[in-house]
Amino acid sequence: MKNKYSIFSLIKNAFSYHENWEKAWKDPEPKKEYDAIIVGGGGHGLATAYYLAKKHNMKNIAVVEKGWIGGGNTGRNTTIIRSNYLWDASAGLYDHALKIWEGLSQELNYNVMFSQRGVMNLAHNLQDVRDLKRRTHANRLNGIDAVYLNTEEVKKFCPIINTSQDIRYPVLGGTLQRRAGTARHDAVAWGYARGADEMGVDIIQNCEVKGIKRNGDTVEGIDTTKGFIKTKKIGVVAAGHSSVLANMAGLKLPLESKPLQALVSEPVKPIIDTVVMSNAVHAYVSQSDKGELVIGAGTDDYVSYSQKGSHDIVEGTLNAILELYPIFSRMRMLRQWGGIVDICPDASPIISKTSIKGLYFNCGWGTGGFKATPGSGDLFAHTIANDEPHKLNAAFNINRFVSGDLVDEHGAAAVAH
Amino acid sequence: MFLINCPFCGEREQSEFKAGGEAHIVRPKQPTELSDDEWAEYLFMRKNIKGIQFERWNHIHGCRKWFNMIRDTSNDQIKAVYKMGEKPPVK
Repeated sequence: MKNKYSIFSLIKNAFSYHENWEKAWKDPEPKKEYDAIIVGGGGHGLATAYYLAKKHNMKNIAVVEKGWIGGGNTGRNTTIIRSNYLWDASAGLYDHALKIWEGLSQELNYNVMFSQRGVMNLAHNLQDVRDLKRRTHANRLNGIDAVYLNTEEVKKFCPIINTSQDIRYPVLGGTLQRRAGTARHDAVAWGYARGADEMGVDIIQNCEVKGIKRNGDTVEGIDTTKGFIKTKKIGVVAAGHSSVLANMAGLKLPLESKPLQALVSEPVKPIIDTVVMSNAVHAYVSQSDKGELVIGAGTDDYVSYSQKGSHDIVEGTLNAILELYPIFSRMRMLRQWGGIVDICPDASPIISKTSIKGLYFNCGWGTGGFKATPGSGDLFAHTIANDEPHKLNAAFNINRFVSGDLVDEHGAAAVAH
Repeated sequence: MFLINCPFCGEREQSEFKAGGEAHIVRPKQPTELSDDEWAEYLFMRKNIKGIQFERWNHIHGCRKWFNMIRDTSNDQIKAVYKMGEKPPVK
């Protein structure tokens, strides 16, 4: 049993200069065999292991990660959390996640710094206005909080936005989801890792999967840089590298992996207390607790695993940011980076069984997976444990690309993909 | 960001081009006889290779012509460009 984090443990450890905190998770060598193995130690993978152990009583499981946990896209995203998706299936999926977020710090005994500061989506043309109004109605029918704001209300909610009608893409209105917000992305990975480790899950870092061994239509185990590990169930949560892992098992996925960029500015005093996303001009901005502006740019249109995006993508985003927020014109950017995101043709994820028995994929989150981390883990754990999808992820099966029953969130999800 | 040697215009910045995805996916000759699985394969399934990939590009801010490219997606190095209809040069 791990010691509970509390004000008392903080005070107690202050007396020993914070040098004697127990390790949040062990660093074990892999066993010869597990009941299930999760490939990928990001937020989604660790959450999957956590819920497998907690809700489905599967304790003899491992998470294998080629680098260090939370060192992939979990640490690269812009931490936005919202559930204002258009279609019923998406609304169900993302609001399931949002409801878990609301109690996550308490459940994990780990402060994930979930901050419901609201997410505002701006409309810049008549079609945007119609789409956002339609989405607001759809959200409310699904029990998701959403309001439509006119230009004055947008200005009132976030005064630094330039609402002049003379700019290239004037603000005509927007939507607001007040329950939406941000969280500390590293803490999410660490919190789930600590929770999973406490229940006996082996978290194996620096262990790259080199092959998926199968006997006919059944999986037998994985070849890794730390040797062969036997298992009957493999859950792959490898984000941008999902196609690479699918290829090891002889599967093909409907994914394309593309660079997505983000950047942060130098830290400044609090200036923007919400998240503002702008679909048409592709600019998102929020402010971290350290004071940095966190800015999300777009994806490049070509397949690449290089973790570098094109300069013109960043330039386009910053042009839009400067027109919408003239106050940022003298800000300097501290860091810029790219992560590789796996995008489905319908811009919705896959949480699914495959044609190979014991092989499950959780992928295709594209540009917006972070917000779904707890829900994704919960539903993927359910799918692996029962060999059947939960009703909330049934629509996100891999066969929708054969049946044609797509969850077409492209452009409908309040964000350009 | 990288430079692309358009087979019609010469070397230009990548931002002048539009990527058109995986190359050499042949349109079905008898669409009416295709099964749902075959349609899914044609429309949606992609190799999405980490490494040497064959793909189509269009010089949208230039000659607006389509051409093929062989590129290493792990480091964005271009191995060859060749015109539509041509056989890929041996890599």
